[in-house]
Order: sequence, then C-alpha cells, then structure tokens
Amino acid sequence: MVARFMSLKEAVASCVKDGDTIAMEGFTHLIPHAAGHEIIRQGIKDLTLIRMTPDMIYDQLIGAGCAKKLVFSWGGNPGVGSLHRLREAVQEHWPHKLEIEEHSHAAMANAYDAGAAGLPCAVFKGYRGAELPRVNKNIKFIECPFTGESLAAVPSIRPDATVVHAQKANKKGDVLFEGIVGVQKEAVLAAKKSIITVEEIVDDFGDISPNAVMLPNWAVTAIVEIPGGAHPSYAQGYYKRDNAFYKAWDPIARDREAFLAWIEEHVMNGGPEDFAAKREANKG
Amino acid sequence: MVEYTPTEMMTVSAARALKNDDVCFVGIGMPSAACNLARLTHAPELTLIYESGTIGTKPDVLPLSIGDGELCETAVNTVAVPEMFRYWLQGGKISVGFLGAAQLDKFGNINTTVIGDYDDPKVRLPGGGGAPEIATSCGEVFLVMKQSKRGFVEKIDFVTSLGHGKGGDDRASYGVDTKGPSRLITDLCIMEPHPVGKNFIVTSIHPGVTREDIIENTGWVVEFADEVAETAIPTEKELQVLRELHARTAKAHGDQQ
Repeated sequence: MVARFMSLKEAVASCVKDGDTIAMEGFTHLIPHAAGHEIIRQGIKDLTLIRMTPDMIYDQLIGAGCAKKLVFSWGGNPGVGSLHRLREAVQEHWPHKLEIEEHSHAAMANAYDAGAAGLPCAVFKGYRGAELPRVNKNIKFIECPFTGESLAAVPSIRPDATVVHAQKANKKGDVLFEGIVGVQKEAVLAAKKSIITVEEIVDDFGDISPNAVMLPNWAVTAIVEIPGGAHPSYAQGYYKRDNAFYKAWDPIARDREAFLAWIEEHVMNGGPEDFAAKREANKG
Repeated sequence: MVEYTPTEMMTVSAARALKNDDVCFVGIGMPSAACNLARLTHAPELTLIYESGTIGTKPDVLPLSIGDGELCETAVNTVAVPEMFRYWLQGGKISVGFLGAAQLDKFGNINTTVIGDYDDPKVRLPGGGGAPEIATSCGEVFLVMKQSKRGFVEKIDFVTSLGHGKGGDDRASYGVDTKGPSRLITDLCIMEPHPVGKNFIVTSIHPGVTREDIIENTGWVVEFADEVAETAIPTEKELQVLRELHARTAKAHGDQQ
C-alpha cells in the first residue's frame, strides 16, 4: 500500500477514530500542530494519546476534551512551566477525568523502538530505585536468562495511528526528516497507520546523504502538505521555534475561558492554511 | 569589588565542577546555564549532550527547550532519541549527569513528579523525563538547585530519580554501580556526600553566607564538614561571560514575535 496524498481533513478522517490509540511525535522539533488542530475540529473523542513530551499540542487536545488517557514521560512547557490543561485535567478532572500512564524517556524511547521491531516489550536498564514502578503496572522487572541481571520491561508502543511532521516528501511519497529526528521513524514504523504532514512536496530530494532519515512511500499511509504545519514548534531549514509563543501560551492555558476562546478562534474557526503565515513570521 | 547575585554565584560554582574532558548530559534550566558557562570559560572542549539527541553541541544562546534548533545546528552529531538513551546513556558513555530538582532529600534522591499523593496530587510536576536513567547511568551526578525549606526536605513526596537511596551502600542494592550524586551546588553553599553515610554535608560556603542561613533554608538537619572552605567569588571573566550569555538568550527568545 503506497502512501496517498490527501487533504488534512481526509487524512485525519481516514486514520483517526474515536477510542483510538494515537502517537503524535516530534521531540520539540517537527511537532504536528496543524494535525492536532484537525483532530480537535473533527471532535474525535476518547483517544489514548501517547507522546514522550505532551507539550502544547496535547495540552490543546486534552483541554478540548479529545483524550481519555495520556501516556507520557515529561509533561511540561519546556523552559516556561506547567502544561495547565494537563495539570487541571489531572488535579481537577476538567473537562473530564484523564487517566495517565507515566514513564521515563528511556522507557518510552525503548518502547517505540520495540514497537517498530515487532517485539511485545522493551527491555532496558531503567527505573532502578525509582518509584514509578509502584504506580504504573506497565513497568515490570525481569531477569536476564544469561546473567541473572534484573532489567526493566515495558510493553512496546503500537499505536493505531502515528502522526508526525517532516520537512519534505517527494512526488512518489517518500519522506525525508532532518535535524532532531526524535522517535519519529520508530513511532511511524510501530503504528498500523500513519499521517505525515510535510513542509513541502518536491520533485526530488537532490543531493542528500545515503544515510538520511527516510521513510519510503510504502511505509506511510497518508501525506499532507502543510507549510508551517509544526508551528509553534519548528522545522529545521524552514523556520525557528516560536519560543515567544510558547511563553504566550502560559497565560492562555492557565485560564479555562481564555483557553476555550483561543481554541474557538484559532482551531474551530481556523484551518491548516493558517500555518503558512506563521512559517513566514518565524524565518530566522 | 565584584558584585554578583546569589544565583550567579550558584551558576558559576556549578560550572566550575565540570572538567574539560567531561561528557555531560545536560538537564534543562539551571544545569544548562552552568554547563554552557563552563564550556565558554575554563572547559572549551567539554562535550555537552542534550536528550534530544544532540552530541557535542555548542549553542551561542541557552536553549528554551532541550530540542531548540540551535542545539542541532552546532552539534558534532545528532542521533535519534532511542539511540541517545540506549547506546550513549545506557551504554555508559557519559561521565556526568547535571540535574535540577523540585524536591531533594539529604541523600540526593530527586522528586520532579508530584507534591502530595501520586493519585491525588497537590501539585502535578512535569515528571521524570530523562532523569531516572540519567541519575543511574552517568558516571556521577551533579545537582544544582536554589536552597529552601520547601525544596530541601527530610522526606521527598515521590522518588522520581535515585540518589543514594537510604544512604550508606543502599544505592548499589538496586544494581546501580555508578557514583550517583557527588556534588550539590546551591545559592548558599556546596555540599558533598559523606564518604560512608552518603548524606550531604556542607563542604564550602559562599562568601557572605552564614551557617545559620544554610540551616534556616534546609529541611533536614544540616551537617558541616570538619573543614569547611569558603567558595571563591566569581571572577570578572566568569560574570561577564555569564551575563553576555543571558543577554544573548533573552534577545533570541524574546524578539521573535
């Protein structure tokens, strides 16, 4: 099955449904914000959201009521403070109770890797002396059959769909990632379906390293061209991280009314075409 | 007379802990400022690694997040996050982990998860991120944190990351063979673990700070080493480099909109 070029609306409608387990990755870089907005616009509910750093993208989805459960390893607004929608969902159950499954980064990185590798679980040297295993039943310890060493084990991550952003796709639908590549490749290969939003679709990638991080078209479900689609995250080579907006998000997310008004104006009454202007504004 | 703030004293003291040949896994916030100050002063060859996968990065401004583009553009190499945690961290290639905390106990155990009960928290903090494995896989751990009774407590609410556990050789009982927290740098003093008990004892006091100041801002019973040094004040060069770094950072993060 070769990747199909679609509109964002069509891609989300065909890959994400109520109750699904979804991973939207991008480690600070290349976070698929435009696709997150589309999930909110389509009113998709009861999602299990997986992401190492929930960041602003899941703060929005959680506050908008799309999430039933969050699987994560670091839930803050980097360099700014708390994710207030996540915090209020956990502390005040608003807009409803949110189940959380909390890990460390090492556990989630290993779990994506295991998912991509077709393994049922990931095994690593982790959580030693840490308290998360007491509150997360998905952290176990097993004994190495050869050395007897105690090792942490977590279930592999195998989402119904993974959504990521990349710099480029070519006309055949192969996808190129550059810069901080995070766990994007692993998250896509671990999932049943995938949506890749890209900055641009090019005739060919030109002179790139034979070791460049690529996903061939047959490993991807849907490709959508959305210039600026990662804003306020960034796309290396296209625009910078909008750190000022990450700071501006704090007072918006802190207040329920301000948050709902922001979602109404920028998400419900907005669309993927709005992101191109953000790309222009953050060229550095 | 050189003038400086307690925070500058802390950052400078933390930076001095790093050596030129260290390979350092950098936590965001206070550690990031200290690590880059070290690189820009006495340790130009210091290798800085951020968990976003950037190895040997030399940012001109402090990143707001651990994955700012500046980190990748100035790095020797950028690897995928699973590789970072599996080969480089778990593989034992990193000499120092530099971490901050929300709550800390006298054995250097760290809480960055919750204040209160886990299932019904008073305050939900960001969580562990890379710290649980940084704390056990790096050769040793330096901690930097402003001192207060709220943060320096007898018993932390949640053990996000292991320090010396219950003290003595408890750390090793978890199958951990790295040194753990070997230095705690605050805005008042420097503490190091007791060679046997592994509880932090004050080994150096910053100029102008009294023993009472330290006791009043610590939630556990403070112990002082037999010989307590006075921390050397920041040099003009250290302060100039640090202030220029902060000024460049403020400009870079504030003028984009």
